[in-house]
Amino acid sequence: MIRFDYARPTEVSDAVREGAAEQATYLAGGTNLVDLLKENVARPTRVVDIGRLPLAEIGETESGGLRLGALVTNSETAYDSRVQERYPLLSSAILAGATAQLRNAATNGGNINQRTRCYYFYDVATPCNKRNPGQGCGAIGGVNRIHAILGTSPHCIATHPSDMAVALAALQAEVRVTGSDGERVIPFADYHRLPGEEPWRDNTLKPGELVTAIDLPAERFTQNFTYLKLRDRLSYAFALVSVAVAMRIEDGRIAEARIALGGVAHKPWRRLEAEEVLVGRAPDRAAFDAATEVLLDGARGHGANDFKIPMARKAIPRALEQAAAGTPQSQTDKRLA
Amino acid sequence: MPDTRHEPIRVGIGTPLNRVDGEAKVTGQAQYAAEYPAAGLLHGVIVSGRIARGRITGIDETAARSVPGVVEVLTHRNRPHTPWLDRNYKDELSIPGDPFRPLESEEIQFSGQPVALVLAETFEAARFAASLIDVSYEAAPHNIDFEASLAEKFLPSKKRNSYHEPKNHGDADAAFDKAELRHEARYHLAVEHHNPMEMHATTVDWHGDGTLTVYDKNQGSQGVQSYLCNIFGFSKKELRVVNAYVGGAFGSGLRPQYQVYLAVMAAKHMQRSVRVVMTRQQMFTHAHRPEAVYTVKLGAEPTGKLTAILGDATTSTSRFEDNMEDVVIWGMINYDSPNMKGEYSIAPRDTYTSADMRAPGAATGMTIFEIAMDELAYKAGVDPLEFRMINYSDIDAMYRTPFTSKALREAYREGAAAFGWDRRSPEPRSMREGRELIGWGMATGLWNAEFVETSARARLTADGRLEVASATSDIGTGTYTVLALVAADTLGLRPERITVRIGDSDLPHSQVEGGSRAAASAGAAVQLACQAVGAKLLAAAAKVEGKPLGDARSLEDVTLTDGYMILRSDPSKAVSFADAMAASGLDVIEEEATAKPGLGDRISQMTKSRNVHSAVFAEVRVDEDLGQVRVTRIVNAVAAGRIINPKTARSQILGGVVMGMGMALHEETMGDPILGRWMNHNLAEYHIPVNADVHDIEVIFVDEPDPEVTPLGAKGVGEIGIISTAAAIANAIFHATGQRHRNLPITIDRLIAT
Repeated sequence: MIRFDYARPTEVSDAVREGAAEQATYLAGGTNLVDLLKENVARPTRVVDIGRLPLAEIGETESGGLRLGALVTNSETAYDSRVQERYPLLSSAILAGATAQLRNAATNGGNINQRTRCYYFYDVATPCNKRNPGQGCGAIGGVNRIHAILGTSPHCIATHPSDMAVALAALQAEVRVTGSDGERVIPFADYHRLPGEEPWRDNTLKPGELVTAIDLPAERFTQNFTYLKLRDRLSYAFALVSVAVAMRIEDGRIAEARIALGGVAHKPWRRLEAEEVLVGRAPDRAAFDAATEVLLDGARGHGANDFKIPMARKAIPRALEQAAAGTPQSQTDKRLA
Repeated sequence: MPDTRHEPIRVGIGTPLNRVDGEAKVTGQAQYAAEYPAAGLLHGVIVSGRIARGRITGIDETAARSVPGVVEVLTHRNRPHTPWLDRNYKDELSIPGDPFRPLESEEIQFSGQPVALVLAETFEAARFAASLIDVSYEAAPHNIDFEASLAEKFLPSKKRNSYHEPKNHGDADAAFDKAELRHEARYHLAVEHHNPMEMHATTVDWHGDGTLTVYDKNQGSQGVQSYLCNIFGFSKKELRVVNAYVGGAFGSGLRPQYQVYLAVMAAKHMQRSVRVVMTRQQMFTHAHRPEAVYTVKLGAEPTGKLTAILGDATTSTSRFEDNMEDVVIWGMINYDSPNMKGEYSIAPRDTYTSADMRAPGAATGMTIFEIAMDELAYKAGVDPLEFRMINYSDIDAMYRTPFTSKALREAYREGAAAFGWDRRSPEPRSMREGRELIGWGMATGLWNAEFVETSARARLTADGRLEVASATSDIGTGTYTVLALVAADTLGLRPERITVRIGDSDLPHSQVEGGSRAAASAGAAVQLACQAVGAKLLAAAAKVEGKPLGDARSLEDVTLTDGYMILRSDPSKAVSFADAMAASGLDVIEEEATAKPGLGDRISQMTKSRNVHSAVFAEVRVDEDLGQVRVTRIVNAVAAGRIINPKTARSQILGGVVMGMGMALHEETMGDPILGRWMNHNLAEYHIPVNADVHDIEVIFVDEPDPEVTPLGAKGVGEIGIISTAAAIANAIFHATGQRHRNLPITIDRLIAT
């Protein structure tokens, strides 16, 4: 059988020490890691089960935000009354993803650390630079319907599959991590990375670093927000294109806007210039289209995913309209708002 | 005397009965192929090949063999001897060509081909060791691109047994050229994989005395038994195949799959029990619905009356077998036209052989034809339902034979009424609610009403319990329940007193379950066997003191209710089954019977066409900008003769409709042309409808008495539900959006307005 050491520490410091070993991996909900093990994609020599760590609480931060423990499940987070009242965008994005069963098992730390759904990454009989550096990318010139249109590299066109992460990007969350060098805080925009020359690296975690919490800032977007997700069926499918919008409207003008895209890049896609386009303007279609153009600047298809460009071009203004009108997309009624 | 305190509950044909095997299934008592224990079991894990075509140049087994617990690695280099001749490998379906032989040689014929079987004392060891097998290949040029394969399309000289040559009439080309209204278009259907919930699996119980029991997922235990015996040299007494419970199959279990071959080969080689279970990914390495292109040309008078039907279809197959389907005949059978012509061919490519998948041929051909009919209806400016009525044929328009029954008119009428079709606004894009365009579409379904020779045994014991048995299968379709109902109906027993045994090659003969024929065929056999038991009972009753039943000699003279024979002419006279058996000194009455076509001159043969029909109505709501489709209503009105169990029959239609929704919107296996490999080989990326996609589905069974079609008057319902559901949805999408989609599935990227 697949041999690996197994540790189940109860303190973060012990976990980080165990996790520092070469080829170690952290196990939380296991909803992605177990699949990767079954497919022989992940072959850790040490599995550090972090399920007993004291990271399963949601609490207040000193700056007036919320701290989401890394081991709080996606369901607990989405249905937490504080999250629902203060960060309805996050709740909505979580509920747009996966299934109730998966959300019950999946954790917040695991969600942002889930691997891509690229067909080639999961199939060890095919080439993949993310799985086996230097092998080449099967998706370029292959089956790439679900792949990225922004921020790709000649080595990888995979997307990050999380819905939750798209909302966290828009909310400008921070990721608290602990490693052998101690604790540090990573702004969400810097947490995930583009594939570039090192497509095997999904994020900026250093080897052995453990996500302990996700901090939500004090700023809330409770009136003007939405999470709009387009996919191949009405539930239980990864986003082809998704849009998270958080907006503040004052005196009929946009005072602040955040837009993050899912399903289009190796990380939740934001472009501050696009958001700046909106500031000070009336929330109308012309403004939304202008922001959309900036956001999608440089988008490029790879054949089967060409449609994502017109799809995003339609979805972004629609999401901005939903947010501006205060009619966010329901995740239970599948009719698009 | 019978219990007269209340009316006996007469349960029989037509009673909506819950599944008699339902409790066993939901409590885990029902055992599936991979769940049978066997002493000394070895676990086999299949290593799947990487390339689409070429040959194996080396296999490094060193690391695998060094894993503790591994006992053997079978490859083409060390496999046991197997027969030379193709005929030894023919299965019940007998597709022309050279059947695939697992581990036969170094030749690679398709991506995912099994190249090794690792056998170990534990599943974990076998699995791990399998990941360490290092196979090197010499690749040869391959093609899995269907459009490219069309350059090699041909019509095989040796046809598959089930194939029906289209019968042409008149001069269709000339009539088309002359027609005032014309429609011509090319349609495409993507590859679909069956994906039953249960993976293909086999547990071989090696008894150690030269006999073995093969617990296998398949749709016909006796066909798999013959196949295995022919190859591995066992007699049917030595090798028994059991498929008591099957977690869905949809046609993927019609032919023996390679895991059963490997499991039996390994068991014989090791002289031990062996289990082999495919992974979900490996489920994408064998049977699949062929990819299809179908060009339909229709000519009509200005009134909409068809004058020409032309169809030319090609479906995909492998390079080693010629799988064929009936694609173009359905529109020709269904619609009245003086001129018709059908052409069909197959195109080989470097994949496994395509296979029958729920309503093979018709789910492709009738569905596509019904989209073409919709297109011509709009051209004619005629309501799509009215257009079908204008071209309605009371006879089989291709064979020019009468039907045993065809209540399609009634299905149209009742379906349209339930749907509210008369409130439809005819213009495309004319119905809207908010941002959603609403579309209503309809289509006609057509399938065969098959009946095949089947045997059954009925065994009544003195305690008033009945067992009925046949080798037929229940692949989730409700066969157990249907046979219990038929037996209950025939002998007047409550279903609780009846045990149904099926799915075992030791039981009376049955063909593979497929083509929607099991209920009608096995049901007729059970009825005959039960009637024979009834006759024996009646004879036994004559020995009861005082002869309460007088001179009753025929079952027609008595009513069988709740374990009693009651004289029809004087209901105060009755004899219990138990008393009759006691009086004759019988502990058991056991009878076996065979139902055959032509039985008692009631079942018509070649002179009549036997078909099941349906009318499908669909409502879709399409977000105009973003292309999201919601199928908010489906009404499927089915004319399928006598419905034995309305409850399980309805479930069959519901399942078929949902699968039709998948065909319309979701299901597509995508191949990488460079690697020659299906890439979305898991259920996260191969999409089938989920609950959120499924809204209201109403199933109507219209009254269709048909004593000729089968002994019970029943037609099968396993397949009709999928046929043309996708057409009704595609037609509704056109009505909603004004966009005509000729490629299925109509995924969101095809709908997004550009």
